[in-house]
Amino acid sequence: MSAVLSVSALAKRYGPARAHGGRLALADVSFRLGAGELVAVVGPNGAGKTTLLSIIAGVQSPTAGSVSRSAGEEGQSVGCKVGWVPQDPALYSKLSVAENLELFAHLEGVAEPRSVVARMLEQTGLGARAGERVGRLSGGNRQRVNVALGLIGDPPVLALDEPSASLDPSQRERLWEFVTERVQDGTSVLFSTHNVSEAQRYAGRVLVLAEGRLLFDGAPGQLLAEGDGEDGGDLERALVRFLRERTYPEGTP
Amino acid sequence: MRWLLGKDLLILRRSRLLLALLLVYPVAIALLIGFAISRSPSRPRVAIVDESPPGETIKLGTQRLPVSQYTRQLLHQAQSLPVATRAQAIEDVKSGTAIAAVVIPADLAARLSSDVAQAQLEVLYNGDALEQSLARSTIESALAQANLGFSEQVQKAARSVISTLLAGGKLGSVGGVGGPENLIGLDHIPATLGAIAARQPHGRDRRQLEQIDAFAGFAAENLTLASRVLSTIGQPIRVNSVLLHGRRTPLNTFAVVVAVNLSLMLVCVLLAAGGVALEREENALARLIRGGGTSGSLISREALLAEKTLLAAGCAFVIAFAMLAGIGAFVTLDWSRVLLWLLALAFAAGAFGALGVAIGALAREVRAASLLAFLASLPLAFLALVPSGSVSGGFYDAINAISFAFPFKAALQSLDTAVNGAAPSLGLSLAHLAVLAGVFGALARIGLRSAE
Repeated sequence: MSAVLSVSALAKRYGPARAHGGRLALADVSFRLGAGELVAVVGPNGAGKTTLLSIIAGVQSPTAGSVSRSAGEEGQSVGCKVGWVPQDPALYSKLSVAENLELFAHLEGVAEPRSVVARMLEQTGLGARAGERVGRLSGGNRQRVNVALGLIGDPPVLALDEPSASLDPSQRERLWEFVTERVQDGTSVLFSTHNVSEAQRYAGRVLVLAEGRLLFDGAPGQLLAEGDGEDGGDLERALVRFLRERTYPEGTP
Repeated sequence: MRWLLGKDLLILRRSRLLLALLLVYPVAIALLIGFAISRSPSRPRVAIVDESPPGETIKLGTQRLPVSQYTRQLLHQAQSLPVATRAQAIEDVKSGTAIAAVVIPADLAARLSSDVAQAQLEVLYNGDALEQSLARSTIESALAQANLGFSEQVQKAARSVISTLLAGGKLGSVGGVGGPENLIGLDHIPATLGAIAARQPHGRDRRQLEQIDAFAGFAAENLTLASRVLSTIGQPIRVNSVLLHGRRTPLNTFAVVVAVNLSLMLVCVLLAAGGVALEREENALARLIRGGGTSGSLISREALLAEKTLLAAGCAFVIAFAMLAGIGAFVTLDWSRVLLWLLALAFAAGAFGALGVAIGALAREVRAASLLAFLASLPLAFLALVPSGSVSGGFYDAINAISFAFPFKAALQSLDTAVNGAAPSLGLSLAHLAVLAGVFGALARIGLRSAE
């Protein structure tokens, strides 16, 4: 599978960069994202999931390392090629759903903004609410518009930061239907989540981050296999065990 | 940038309260200032109690001046409210009908005529510290003017007496009766007495006549001097004002310029600061400028800041011009300078817009940005209006340095020059505003460095 995104030795430090100053949010993170891959980033709070996704989306710049479209183009910004869906919806609440989509379609330089907006409204199931102001929508519908904005420029890579956090089960189901359709169309998706069963169900690959370090990169089945079947096929139990073993090895008080 | 500008205008149109405020504010301020300048009473309302007996006069040598002449001088300086008694005057001051009351005592004439005791008036006033200060300064000014006028009357009477003493005639012509008539006059004595002395044989009588003759000449010369001195001491120094540069600015048109500039600043800074902060609050800033200003971002940080500055400056420009035009209905403004007004307003709006986006970039939410913009703007305006000499030199230098670093004073100077021709060159103020716009724009750019 050809890589659409290469992350190489990525590091991010917040605060002063002296010997013991600041906080290391990411350290030496490297991986590749293939075309049409759906990859989950999991890990405990403060693991660096949001930092990783926001660097890939070009919202933050790394302290060290690089993100590039392919191994041969390291150092080039890929922000323009990554659709960004932040955890908190980035929408104008005084504009309607259609106006938000149309504005970003114009800003993204989409060739036929009106037809793209119509398509996004149809795909997100928000056609009936196109004229409604975003500020009056439910959290779930706001999140759908948020995801639609990330996709409006038809990016080859989509970065979703905890996209289902504020959704009820049926809204979550609908969101994942929408995302998997995009994956089937060839879009590569990288998403962070606390919901490990979601990662197990939809992701083809899981990245486990803890304290800014990439501890695991593989299929969910591989993570389950590390427990020699003692997790009973439950990825969440497997992750907890894995993190306990890796971050607090035996003998650590 | 035009899509973002269109979006902001749409949001502005949908923010009904803000839009209403932006439309009503300049109209209300223009009307208030217009009425305040054109309809305000030029003289304060003062209750006056004249307890002196009717027709009483003040004795000046052999002449008499009526006390009513002093009362008339005082009434002329204030919008007088004659009342019969002191109690009624107190009531008027307490009720606010008059800002103060002046009681002319019954013994005013006696004291003025005594040459020993100084005449005294009683001033009654009320209210808070501000009202007291206004009443005192108003009354003191009115009394000083009335005293000056009365003093001129006294001098006139004295000069008339001296003139009669020198030239001869009837003394007491100013108002008195019973003065001696057919006085010879000191000027005529030397010639008359010299002729008489010449006819006398040499001896003691002739020497004494010659001595009296010499004294009369000496007295006439010195009384002439006394007459001139009286004219001089009435108003020892006359003021001849020379404005070193520009035209003399009438206070009412300067007040218009201050009001327009203040409105321009508040609208511009608040809109610009709120506009930038709103992008953060809606989490849209990161989506817009991600990519670090490379070709990957939807809009560069510079373009975003320029768009917010343009929006705020455009709205404030229109509002400020509407204010100027509205106030123009009440105050005479020189419309032939309208292009200069527009130039000054445009530069000022640009600088205020840059200050606003800098505040908006530093504050992370709309409420904080609005509060910061408001708290920063008002003290800057007050500091810029502090006149030199009203505070100590060092403090004034510090105020000047602060005012120099922010756009209000430069905007005021440019608008004053454009509207009133107050300074010879508009270019310097405009250049100052352009530099400040650049500096605050750069600060805003630094403030946006961290968009997450």
